[in-house]
This record gives sequence, structure tokens and C-alpha cells, in this order.
Amino acid sequence: MICSLRGVTRVYPGESAVHALGPIDLELAPGEFFAVVGPSGCGKSTLLDVMAGLAPASAGQISFEGKPVNGEVPDGVGVVFQEDASFPWLTVYDNIAFGLRRAGAAEAEVAAQVGYAIEFMGLKEFARAYPAQLSGGMRQRVCIARTLVLKPRLILLDEPFGALDQQTRLLMGDELLRLWRETGATVLLITHALDEATMLADRVGVMSARPGRFLDIIATGWPRERDSTIVANESFGRMTSRIWKLLRGESLRAMGHG
Amino acid sequence: MKFKEPIVLVALLLIGWQLLYLIVGDVALRSPFSTVQNLKTLLEDARFLPHVRETALAFTQGFAIAVVVGLLIGVPLGAARFAGEVAEPILVALYSIPKVTLYPVILLIFGIGMPAKVAFGAIHGIVPISIFAMNAIRNINPTHLRTARAMRLSTFDLIRTILVPAALPEIVTGIRVGFSLALIGTLLGEMFGSQRGLGHLLMQAMSLHNIERILALTLLLVVFAAGINALLLALDRRLHARV
Amino acid sequence: MKVLLARTLLIVGAVALLEILCRLGVIPNFTVIPPSAMAQSLWKILASGKFSEDIAATLTNVGIAIAAAMVVGVALGTLLQSWPAARRTFDPLFATYYAVPMYAFYPLLLVIFGLGDFPQIAIGFLLAVMAVIINTLNGLDRVPPVLLKTARVHRLGLVSAALRVRLPYAAPYVFTGFKLAVAYSFIGVVGAEFITSSRGIGYEISFAYNNFDNPVMYAMILFILLLVISVNMSLHAWEKRLLARRRRA
Repeated sequence: MICSLRGVTRVYPGESAVHALGPIDLELAPGEFFAVVGPSGCGKSTLLDVMAGLAPASAGQISFEGKPVNGEVPDGVGVVFQEDASFPWLTVYDNIAFGLRRAGAAEAEVAAQVGYAIEFMGLKEFARAYPAQLSGGMRQRVCIARTLVLKPRLILLDEPFGALDQQTRLLMGDELLRLWRETGATVLLITHALDEATMLADRVGVMSARPGRFLDIIATGWPRERDSTIVANESFGRMTSRIWKLLRGESLRAMGHG
Repeated sequence: MKFKEPIVLVALLLIGWQLLYLIVGDVALRSPFSTVQNLKTLLEDARFLPHVRETALAFTQGFAIAVVVGLLIGVPLGAARFAGEVAEPILVALYSIPKVTLYPVILLIFGIGMPAKVAFGAIHGIVPISIFAMNAIRNINPTHLRTARAMRLSTFDLIRTILVPAALPEIVTGIRVGFSLALIGTLLGEMFGSQRGLGHLLMQAMSLHNIERILALTLLLVVFAAGINALLLALDRRLHARV
Repeated sequence: MKVLLARTLLIVGAVALLEILCRLGVIPNFTVIPPSAMAQSLWKILASGKFSEDIAATLTNVGIAIAAAMVVGVALGTLLQSWPAARRTFDPLFATYYAVPMYAFYPLLLVIFGLGDFPQIAIGFLLAVMAVIINTLNGLDRVPPVLLKTARVHRLGLVSAALRVRLPYAAPYVFTGFKLAVAYSFIGVVGAEFITSSRGIGYEISFAYNNFDNPVMYAMILFILLLVISVNMSLHAWEKRLLARRRRA
């Protein structure tokens, strides 16, 4: 068990305190692919912030690799955000090399690792380009490569493909699976797209409306070697509709109709 | 409370001043308290007021000219797109040259005395006012103009009800900056090439090593400039908040 | 490029007009000398190296003022941006700073520090530093929260995050502050030299004026104008190049 949350809640402080998340109980097995779906505003991003150590939990315990997480990002955790987080003043190459250089790696080592990541993410032609010259999808790939290259053991992704069109999303999903298999990392993906969650994950956590709690955690049982063509599998449709049945009521509640 | 921060700031500045005085001593400074007293004495001195009047007169005229000429230059340049594009870098360049180097030219043209001071204050103020006015007119939302045409407003009404309110906030910002710069220009003009006025008194006090007077005059000028600027800033912010 | 052409014609036209009016005597020579005479005089001065010490002194002092303003300004700006309470306290100061006639402090500085280069550098610095602080604040305000989070994910400490993420992002705005720092340093130093000094370009202009030496005076005025304008144009070009890579293609 690589990461565990017990009774974790997050309340945003202030005059009108907002109970955004929890209580959450979750245990991630090492190397698993876990997806989180839920209605908008349910606290999915807050869950990621808390797990990564970007925001402190208001109650409960979080541990990563046996050590408690509180307000600081532990070594070995990588995060890919929803918004474009590429550094506009650096080339694609320098963006990806950022973490390695900061850690003091020798330039030859940097070149090897970055070169590999660039190949893996299909960015070879754009290595010397600046993010402003790339499309949204490519910039997201730069961010993923920048995270990848540091070989994190836990990768958290917050709706990384949110701004992309459906076909690109499916292809990026395949790439994510490839990445997951190659690195052997544990992946937690937050998405609003049910089919994406069902297709990619070993387990899908379905969150309620705010304050978000897990209504159910559904195991997909997919084989490790899978790709987007799994949508043809007959259990795919059943699982997706099961998730939607849980979510539909919550989504209506989140919109204020419940 | 809205006034808490400025009060804390003023308190910090006064404490800093007092500390500096304690370190440097009478050879180069006076305490805030004694400076205020010196200023009071100065203001009560009958020979002092004519100098204040001189500076006030020069400044008012210079500022007025700066506003009128600045608007006369800025508004048409804002309206005529091409002319504005041509002129803008020139205006910006004029903004950054040390205008004090032009002072001899002004003196040669106007001779020593009031006209030169007025001119100097004016040239300091004209450039920012025209730049801000130009941008104010340029940035008027074209949709406003189309709405006006659709409502078939007369030109006069167009100017009165749409152009002026839309452009006013930026123009007031320009006038506020122009105010400060015209004051600086007037004082600078008085600091050399004049026998009267606050700027002249300042230079005179310096050559006589009269520290009390230097500080009292500086305090007066700072308080006046900061005070008026604060008022104009409040107006500025209110106008911008409306937009 | 019509704009460039029109502007060039405008400037050339204005200079030509001045030349004609001076040569015709409409503008008397003891007031303004013809631009061609200004240029000639400047050429002679530069060739003879008569004022090279003054020019060096002014440029050095301006340089020091700029460097000091940048270092102190960026540091203070970064510090204040991370410390909202302090920033709120000093906010009225930012708003009022440029309203205060900075030259009014010049006599005070002269009395405290005596003649010498420090008071002029100080005035230049005081004028420039606030522009750097204000623009640094503005730039740092615009750093997207996701980049701040990214810095934390990379486990950067406060100083590291400022130097490697926040300030690089804010660089275009810091550059705006830099341009202003250059302009204000020139204005401060040369202005102060003009008022009271024993050397420098401002001093030589003042000296020439007091000695009715129009050719020298106008030559040096022309020199300052050309210097400031060409510095501004180079900065503008440099800025465009720096920003080109950050603009959407």
C-alpha cells in the first residue's frame, strides 16, 4: 500500500467555512491505476491537492510510503495539473530538464533522460520550441514529460485532458496507459469523463456531491495490457452505466436540483 | 478601517526619520518635531508668504497650460488612429528625456523670471497628459460609438454622454500625473534661474547650510504634493471603479 | 511601414524647419543655433575628447543608479509580494511616491553627504527604484497559481521558487520596470548634475549656459537627447525579441 487516507477532510477556512471534502478513506495499492469521477464542484481537485501535500488536511491522516503527508509535497510524487503549467520562458527541452537540473544531475545524464522522455511523448520535433508555439495538447505532453522524467512513484493527474477533443483524449489515454506500464508507478487520475475512467482504471472511485465522499469504489478487472479498444468489451458498457446510475443523482444535486 | 494603513505608514516614516536624526545628529538633520515647529515659524513669517505666492502662481499657470495643451494634443491624436501611431513613440521619447537639460533653452527663449518657470512647469506636465488623453480616447470601446450611431445621437450628445464619461478616468489619471510633474518642473525651474519662490529658497538655504530651513521647506512641499495627490488619487479610483 | 515613414518625415521635417528658421535669423542665434551647427559642435567635442571625463562620470553614475535600483527594487518587490500585510501598509507610499518632488531632497542629500557623486546617484536611485518595485509587484501578481503549485511539487524552497519560477515568469514586467529605471536614472542623475555638481554632462550644460557658450551647450543637450533616445530604442528592440518567444505563434 503506497498511499493511504483515513478520515481525511478539508474545510476551507474563512468567514463562511466551506466543507469541501470528506471524510475520505482510500488505500492505493502500489502500481495500480485509480480513477476518480464525480459531479463538478465535489472536491476532486481538493482531494488531489491534499494527497499531494499541496493543501493540509483539516482532519484525518494521509500517508505516503509509510510517512505522514502534511502541507509539503513528498519526494516521489508527481502532479499534472488541469491548467497549462509549462514554463513559458523555457524551451520544451529545458522545461523537461527543469527538475533534473535542479537536482544537480550531470548534463550528460540530463540529456539521456530528457531525450528519452521527449521520444516517449512524441515531442522530438519540438524540443527547441517554446510552449507558446505549441498547441494545448502538446503543452500538456510537455508537463507530463517533465513529471515523468523525475520517475515519480505516485503520479496524480487532475483532468489533464480536459481541454482536448475526444479523439485526442482517447489517444492520450492510450499514452497514459503506456506510461503507466513502463514506469510501474501508481497513478491516480481525476476525470469528469466516465468512459475515460472506466477504460483506463483498475478501480474507479465515484464521489458524491460536495462535500465529496466515496459513494462506491468499483473494480474494473481489466488486464494490465489494455488500450482504448477496451470500449468494445461488453462489461465496459455495464460498468459505465453502473457508475452513471450512482452519479446521476449526485450531479443533479450538485446543480441544485436534488 | 480604511485609514489604518496610511496612519501606520506615516508613523513608520516619522519613526524612521527620528531614528535617522538620532544617528546622524544636528550636523545634517533635525528631528520631525523641531522641523514642524520651524515650518510653523516660517509660515508665520511675513517675508515667507510672497515666495509661496510666487511658486503657487507659477505652478497654477504652468499646470493650466499643461492641461489645455496636453488635451489639445492628446485628444485629436487619440481620435486619428494613424496620427496617433506616428506620434506615440515621439511622445514616449519626450517623456524620458531629462527635461532639465532643456531648461537653458527655455531661459534663452523666455529670459529669467516667471514666464520661464511657467514654461518649464508646463512642458513637464504636457507630455503625460497628452499621452494619457490619447490612450483614453483610443481605448473607448467602439461598441459605444456604434450604439450612439444606432441611437442617432447628435455629435454634441455623443461627446457629452458617451465620449467624456468613457475617457474621463484615464484623462484624470493623466492630469494627476501631470499635476505632480508640473509641480516638480516649477520647483526645478525655481531652483536655479530665479530670485523668488520656494525652489529658490530651497537652494538658498542649501548654500547657507541652513538645515532647519531645508527640512521645513522639504516637509512643506512633500506634504502639499502628497496631500493633493491623495485627493486626486481618490477621485481617480472612484472614476475607474465606475467604469 | 507607412507609420515609420510618416514618423521619420515628421522628425526630419521638424529639424529642417528649425534649421531654416535659424539660418534665416527668424530665431536669433543667441537663443537657438541651427541643428547643423549643434551637430558640428558635438562632433568637434567628441573628437577632441574634451568632455570624455564628464561623459564617463555621468554614464558611470547612471549605471550605478540603475544597477542599485534593479537589485533593491526586485528584491523589495519580491519580498513585499510574499508579505501582503507589509504591502498593504506601503501601498499609499507607492501611490504617492512619484507625486513628491524628489529633487526637493537633493539639498538635503548634499548637506548630509557633501559634494561628490553620491547625492546624484542617490536621486537617480530614488526615482528609479519605485518603478522597479511597482512593476515587479505587478509581474509577480500575475504568476498563475498552477505555476506556484508546480514549484511546490518540485519541492522548491521560497528563494528557489522566486528565482526559478516566479521572477522568470514575471520577467516581461520586470523589464518594463528596467526601462523605467533607465529613464529615471538618467533624469535623476543629469538633473542633479545640472543643479549642483562639479562634473558630468549636466554640469557642462549648466556651465556652458552660464558662460553664454551656445555651441557647446546645445552640443551637449543634443548629445543627451540622442543618447537617451537611442538607449530607449535599443531597450525597446531587445524587449520585443525577448517577448517574441512568449507570444502565441
